[in-house]
Amino acid sequence: MHELAVCQSLMNQVETIASERDATCVTLIILGIGPLSGVESALLKNAFTIARAGTSAAEAELIIEQLPIRVKCNQCGSESTATPNKLTCKQCGDWRTTLLSGDELLLMSVELEKASEKRSTPESDITTLNSGLH
Amino acid sequence: MCDTCGCNITHGNENLIRQGGRLARTESGKEAVTVLHSLLHENDHTAKHNREHFDRHHVLAINLMSSPGSGKTSLLESTIGLLADGLRIAVIEGDLETENDAERIRKQGVKAIQITTGSACHLDAHMIHQALHNLDLNDLDIVFIENVGNLVCPASFDLGQHLNVTLLSVPEGDDKPAKYPVMFRCADLVLISKCDLLPVLDDFHPDKARTYLHDIASSAPVIELSAKSKAGMPAWLDWINQQLEVCRKQFKQHPAPSAHKHRHEHDEDNARV
Repeated sequence: MHELAVCQSLMNQVETIASERDATCVTLIILGIGPLSGVESALLKNAFTIARAGTSAAEAELIIEQLPIRVKCNQCGSESTATPNKLTCKQCGDWRTTLLSGDELLLMSVELEKASEKRSTPESDITTLNSGLH
Repeated sequence: MCDTCGCNITHGNENLIRQGGRLARTESGKEAVTVLHSLLHENDHTAKHNREHFDRHHVLAINLMSSPGSGKTSLLESTIGLLADGLRIAVIEGDLETENDAERIRKQGVKAIQITTGSACHLDAHMIHQALHNLDLNDLDIVFIENVGNLVCPASFDLGQHLNVTLLSVPEGDDKPAKYPVMFRCADLVLISKCDLLPVLDDFHPDKARTYLHDIASSAPVIELSAKSKAGMPAWLDWINQQLEVCRKQFKQHPAPSAHKHRHEHDEDNARV
C-alpha cells in the first residue's frame, strides 16, 4: 500500500506547478500508468481523495490512462503485446525481450485555473516544462 | 528510464504518451500544462544524489529485497563473516519496528544503522540519505541495504543503490516470480535461499523458478544457497567480488561529479546508529 506515498509525491509536484504558474486551483490531473509500474490505479484513486484535501487540487478530477505492455523480441525483432508475468515474444516464444512500454508512472499533464485568465482567454496555452523545473 | 529527469519515456512508448491528446482536454480560461515527469520525481532525485555519494567514495551499494522471513539478515551475517577479510562493510537495516536486525549485524563486527519506518512498507531514497549522514563512506567498500520485508512496495522506490538482489526462499514456493513480477523484474541477481530445506520441501523446483523468471524476461543469474549450511555461498561471494571489480572500473572511467555544497535539513532523523 505505497500508493499514498506515491500520491503525496504527486501532490507536491502538482502544488509546485500550480504555485509557479500563479494558478488559483488545479482542475484536472492526468497520469499515465503501466501495469509493471507497481502502482495500482484503483488504490491510487482512493489515495488521491485523501491526499488532495487542503491542497489547490482539492476539487481536481484525476484521470489515469492505462498504458499497455509491449515488448520487442531481441531474437526475431517482432513487437507484441504482453501480460505482467508473461513478457515472452508472441511470435517466436523467446524470453529475451525488451520492454517497450508498460512500466510508466507518469504525471502527464495538469489543468490549471488562473484568476486573471478566467473567462477571458479564448484558447488555452499548452506549455512543456522541461527538466529544469527541479 | 530517462537520465535527464527520471521519467520513463522511451522511444518505445513515446508515441503512446505524447499522443495522449484525447485526454489533454482544455477549457476556456484554463491552462493545460504538459509535465511528463515520473510521479516519484522527488524520490528519484534524492536516489540519484545518494548514488553520486556512493560513486564519489567508490562504494558499492547493494539493495536486498524479499518477503519477510526469507533470510536476508541471516545471509548478511554469514556474508560478513566470509567476506570481511580486507573488505570494509556497513549495513543499513529497514524494518517497521525494533533494532533487532541491526544488533545482529553489529555482533558481526560491522557498523549497522537501523531505520524504523513505523507503518511505511518500504525504504525510500530520503531515508537512505538520512542514514548516510551516519556513515563515513571513506572507510567503506560495500554498503548493504536490507529493505523492509515486502515483495511489492520496495520495487517502486529507487534508493540510489547500484544493484538489486532479490531473495526467494524455498518455503515460499517456486512461483513467486510469476506472482510478483514487478519485484523480480528489477532484480540483478536472484538468490534461492534456505536451500538446505530442498530435500524436505520437495515441491519447490529451482528449475521452475528459473522458468518463471524467464517468463518475465529476466536475465538475472540465479544462485541457490543456504546461509545455514553455507552451500552456494562461494558463488554469492564471487558475484559480489565481480560486481565490486566492475563498479571500481566504472568509478575510474566515469568519475562522479565532484563534491558539492548542499544543506542538510531534516525535520526528523529516524536513523539510529
